[in-house]
Amino acid sequence: MKLIEAIIKPFKLDEVKDALNEIGIEGITVSEVKGFGRQKGHTELYRGAEYVVDFIPKIKLELAVSDDLVAKVIDVIEKTAKTGRIGDGKIFVIPMEDAIRIRTGERGNDAI
Amino acid sequence: MIQRGIALFFVLMLLSLSTVLHAEESKPATTSAATSVSSPAATPAATQTPATSAVTPAATPPDVKPVLNTGDTAWMLVSSALVLLMIPGLAFFYGGMVRQKNVLSTMMHSFVAMGIVGVQWAVIGYSLAFAPDMNGMGLIGNFSKVMLDGLIIMKDAASGAVEWALFQNYAKEPGAIPELVFAMYQCMFAMITVALISGAMAERVKFSAYCIFVLLWTTLVYDPLAHWVWMTDGWLFKKGALDFAGGTVVHLSSGISALAFLSFLGKRHGFPHERMAPHNLPLTLLGVGLLWFGWFGFNAGSAIVGVNTSDAAGGLAGLAFATTTIAPAAAGLSWMIAEWIHSGKPSALGFGSGVVAGLVVITPAAGFVQPGAALLMGIAAGIVCYGGVLLKAKLKYDDSLDAFGVHGIGGTFGAILTGVFATVGATGLIAGNAKQLMTQLIAVVAAGAYAVIVTLIISFVLDKTIGLRVEKEDEIIGLDQTQHSESGYNM
Repeated sequence: MKLIEAIIKPFKLDEVKDALNEIGIEGITVSEVKGFGRQKGHTELYRGAEYVVDFIPKIKLELAVSDDLVAKVIDVIEKTAKTGRIGDGKIFVIPMEDAIRIRTGERGNDAI
Repeated sequence: MIQRGIALFFVLMLLSLSTVLHAEESKPATTSAATSVSSPAATPAATQTPATSAVTPAATPPDVKPVLNTGDTAWMLVSSALVLLMIPGLAFFYGGMVRQKNVLSTMMHSFVAMGIVGVQWAVIGYSLAFAPDMNGMGLIGNFSKVMLDGLIIMKDAASGAVEWALFQNYAKEPGAIPELVFAMYQCMFAMITVALISGAMAERVKFSAYCIFVLLWTTLVYDPLAHWVWMTDGWLFKKGALDFAGGTVVHLSSGISALAFLSFLGKRHGFPHERMAPHNLPLTLLGVGLLWFGWFGFNAGSAIVGVNTSDAAGGLAGLAFATTTIAPAAAGLSWMIAEWIHSGKPSALGFGSGVVAGLVVITPAAGFVQPGAALLMGIAAGIVCYGGVLLKAKLKYDDSLDAFGVHGIGGTFGAILTGVFATVGATGLIAGNAKQLMTQLIAVVAAGAYAVIVTLIISFVLDKTIGLRVEKEDEIIGLDQTQHSESGYNM
């Protein structure tokens, strides 16, 4: 089992979600986050006062997947979230020890 | 896009220039026989005593008794309400520009000014500004109209029968409005003027100190200045200084006082390196809309004190209405285009600020200049005031919301330009009257110097007694919570 964490551009969220649905992913956790990478921030100008906005809004997806799906999920996210421009985001793959469905108590692959 | 902007700008410039030149050529030999009065005549007069105008050359028709004009009265009632609406407009304008934690405190600065000055004006303010001169020097009114005394004339106390004191602007014509209406119209001006200053103090001033400042400043600075410039006894009025609706009295005085106050108040904690971006520009733009709307009462209503006319709701009001449409429109565009060229993008805040700058600059000239001149003044207003707010970024003083950059600079610029472009009811430089420009400069310097000196004294005393600023920690938490125990948004 792996926990896949993807940071993507906010406007790509719907596309990525639909694509993941198509390959059978049944649950995603989405958060609105801010940060910076190579894209850096932007500047805002109010009556001549310049402010640099360092952190830009992004979407963070978290999904737990069984090992056999990992490659496919990465592939789907990579393809759908890509614009080719700087700031497309990153995908992190993290080993996961266990998963528990709270309602039934199921564990492991059955719980995800 | 920028090239197109520049092109548009030059087309506007050319258009307005040609209009002014044309107006110059076709200008009939003015200085009509009637009089040589070159300034608005403010002559509050009771019904029984026909008013005497300030300057009455020998060969003029005799003074006539004032007669209530219901059309004028209706317009002045509406105008008064319009000017009142500018104050919530200002609250939105300023409130949107501060950080979220200070939105209520900033809006309260405008709202509480309505409360304090509304009371002050009835008790003593109107009397100090518009009662007959106290010592014959044209500096301040006496106490004869304290509590608006004499505006209602009791005929028979037993039955409650009354008569209304009338305000007759021009003694050669009968048209008059109830003086109560005039007093309330002027009240709204006093309210908004002090509220304009609050833009410089936002996000750090102590509420209690602000409230006392409002009372002292209105009494010691605004009331005398209104007397100097608008009252027939006033020394600047007698000199013939032109100020149609308050360029000197309202905008110059508040803007320059803001700067004086700042010398004691100091910068906001974290200025200028910390991010202090406006938290809600839609509120600010709503404020711009309300200000512009209310400004029609401010400027077109000021026809009540127009030159040689008793009509408040006539052609002169129409002219002021037109210039109050044209100048801010042009100023919004010129600020926007200047910003577009200078920093790359046409901003919404820039357009809105330009509109306000145009309104400020046209205020002293509204009923004295022709539409072409209004267009030129508007274009200049946007560019000059854009320069004014950039100055702040350069000089690093912290006029939070540009009370000085827009009202101080715009008010001064407008008062001077009035001496250049005046052609209606008075003459300025382009009509060959260089003396008027000098008079305007004297008025600007005198009013500015007086406002600065008295504001410095008030600020010094408040600073040494109760203190002007909140504690640093309170400032960081925000004034809404620390001064008012509220927060603007509970969502």
